[in-house]
Amino acid sequence: MPEMNFIQAINTALAEELRLDSKTFLMGLDVWVGAFGATSGLTDEFGAERILNAPISEAGYAGAGVGAAMAGMRPIVEIEFASFFYCCWDQVCNQAAKLRYMSGGQADMPITFRAVCGAVGSAAAQHSETVYSQFMSVPGLKIVVPSGAYDMKGLLKSAIRDNNPVLVFEHLKLGRSKEEVPEEEYLVPIGQAAVKREGSDVTIIAIGYMVSQALKAAKALEEDGISAEVIDPRSLIPLDEETLLSSVAKTHNVLVVDEGHLRCGAAAEISAVIADKGFDSLDAPVKRLAAPDVPVPFSPPLEKFILPNDKKISATVKEMLG
Amino acid sequence: MADTSLSTDKLLDMYRTMQTIRQFESRVRDIFQEGQIPGFVHVSIGEEASATGVAAALTKQDYITSTHRGHGHLIAKGGEVKPMMAELFGKKTGYCKGKGGSMHIANFELGILGANGIVGAGLPIATGAGLAAKVRGSGEVAACFFGDGASNEGTFHESLNIASSWKLPVVYVCENNLYGEFTAGKDVTSVKDIADRARGHDMPGIVVNGNDVVEVHETTSQAVERARKGEGPTLIECKTYRWEGHVVGEEAFLGKRSYRPSDEIEAWKRRCPLITFEQRFVPDTFSQEEIEAVQADVKRAIDDAVQFAQDSPYPEPEEALEDMFSNA
Ligand SMILES: Cc1ncc(C[n+]2csc(CCOP(=O)(O)OP(=O)(O)O)c2C)c(N)n1
Ligand SMILES: [Mg+2]
Repeated sequence: MPEMNFIQAINTALAEELRLDSKTFLMGLDVWVGAFGATSGLTDEFGAERILNAPISEAGYAGAGVGAAMAGMRPIVEIEFASFFYCCWDQVCNQAAKLRYMSGGQADMPITFRAVCGAVGSAAAQHSETVYSQFMSVPGLKIVVPSGAYDMKGLLKSAIRDNNPVLVFEHLKLGRSKEEVPEEEYLVPIGQAAVKREGSDVTIIAIGYMVSQALKAAKALEEDGISAEVIDPRSLIPLDEETLLSSVAKTHNVLVVDEGHLRCGAAAEISAVIADKGFDSLDAPVKRLAAPDVPVPFSPPLEKFILPNDKKISATVKEMLG
Repeated sequence: MADTSLSTDKLLDMYRTMQTIRQFESRVRDIFQEGQIPGFVHVSIGEEASATGVAAALTKQDYITSTHRGHGHLIAKGGEVKPMMAELFGKKTGYCKGKGGSMHIANFELGILGANGIVGAGLPIATGAGLAAKVRGSGEVAACFFGDGASNEGTFHESLNIASSWKLPVVYVCENNLYGEFTAGKDVTSVKDIADRARGHDMPGIVVNGNDVVEVHETTSQAVERARKGEGPTLIECKTYRWEGHVVGEEAFLGKRSYRPSDEIEAWKRRCPLITFEQRFVPDTFSQEEIEAVQADVKRAIDDAVQFAQDSPYPEPEEALEDMFSNA
């Protein structure tokens, strides 16, 4: 199977869907260049009418996407860095998320929002957030956090075809990481977790870039005689509770790892679901490993201190299993 | 020739500031490329006159807000190059103890309410600083630096409306360098002159040659006076150009694509703010030796700043958890 990196996976998913459905179009800052490469070359094939270079007006163009979706189109809106979502919060959370429900189910809202997220190395607090957990408490949005090229391509295609607003978070650190990606068309359904590695002593549920760190940790733990199962929820809304709970039923121990903040984060929600519905399977309290509740600092030693990584994951697992 | 009412001291100060910005930015570009500075940096080479001319019309008590391309604004408002450079390195001796970095330097004692990573975020903040001055009757003015691209954010329009309606002491300074990232302003902006947008908010909108420090300074001084008298805000548009990429190392993003014609870049380099100044004031007002002495002084200061930053310690990792809430 041919290999593809994460950015190429985004690029081919976009191109395939743009080719397939003339109602699909893309808007964002500098999309003609593709600041991170994801939209490179799309203007050549689809023209400036469907690959729209937007002014720096997030509320304006995100909202224009919402309006176009209600008027029968299938827009893909790129928000560059996920922290810039704060500039168009109303259009995403009050409008895209709510208008179908508020209109008594009249409006379809087939819109995809894409943003790069995560700490990529001293980009400081306003360019390093993961942000997805903030959206998790807004009913009406689907949230997808791919951890590699294969899922990225399949999930983005599903997101674009979905008739509801879907937010896709693309961790910039995954940009160059490669995976095998089939040449023939495939979709990854939204709402299905993936068991990335099987194990029997502990379940590590990891989100986005943290999946790679959990897999590394699992390898190291194996040398210490600990068998870790690694699960990637792939989408946070909807959450595949069944896959998570059946893993817990097998291992009886759970660590949830997220790069976002600890308080009210994605890990908190997942932990609550497991505590609620998997209590009888648990040998010990569900444990979370996430960033402390401070903005992401600039200085390298500070940034390193707050971010979870493979070493912190394996240390936490060892502590848990005593 | 030297047809200005400005004193020679003031002129030489402004030249020194422009030199400091030029040399600071050039060095930052070079050492970033050597890998000495983490993250990413936006430098303002070619745009020294707008920062300098505006800040020279302000007092220490006045406020500024700045942008992602903020080093020049901060130097012009009195920022010292040592703690600035240390901040860029992520060191404990930086203005923000390494927590902010290039895009987030602030120093409240100097009225610098911060560079900002969010385009357009400084506009309401400067408006609020003007509001504070007006509410307490303390007489400060706020100058707000922002780019042409930022003038397409809602915050721009909302801020100008608030400041005009409430007659706030704010000077809005748009540094129009023709591009926002890799997109030409003309492709995504409804007006040719950003200053025209002032009309919609019933305030003066003035276009100046942003590479002429004297013109920037004189226009800003009038706007500051108007603001201090309670007559409300002004929008000044400085036509200028950035010589370097949007970020240092942008070639990595762009590959073979280019978004600016090379003859355009060359033409603007001929309109260099420093050369514009020298052509006007040397030798009639200043001798070549005086000018060279400034250049040499500045070079020493920048050398020292880099040394200081290199020698300074990083913060302790646990300091990441400090500075969240005030305990006062
Ligand atoms: C809200 C927001 N959107 C997008 C960005 C990404 N970004 C950083 S600088 C920049 C261009 C800004 O252009 P302009 O205001 O003209 O300033 P210049 O870079 O030309 O000095 C963009 C789009 C951002 N930092 N914040
Ligand atoms: Mg600009």
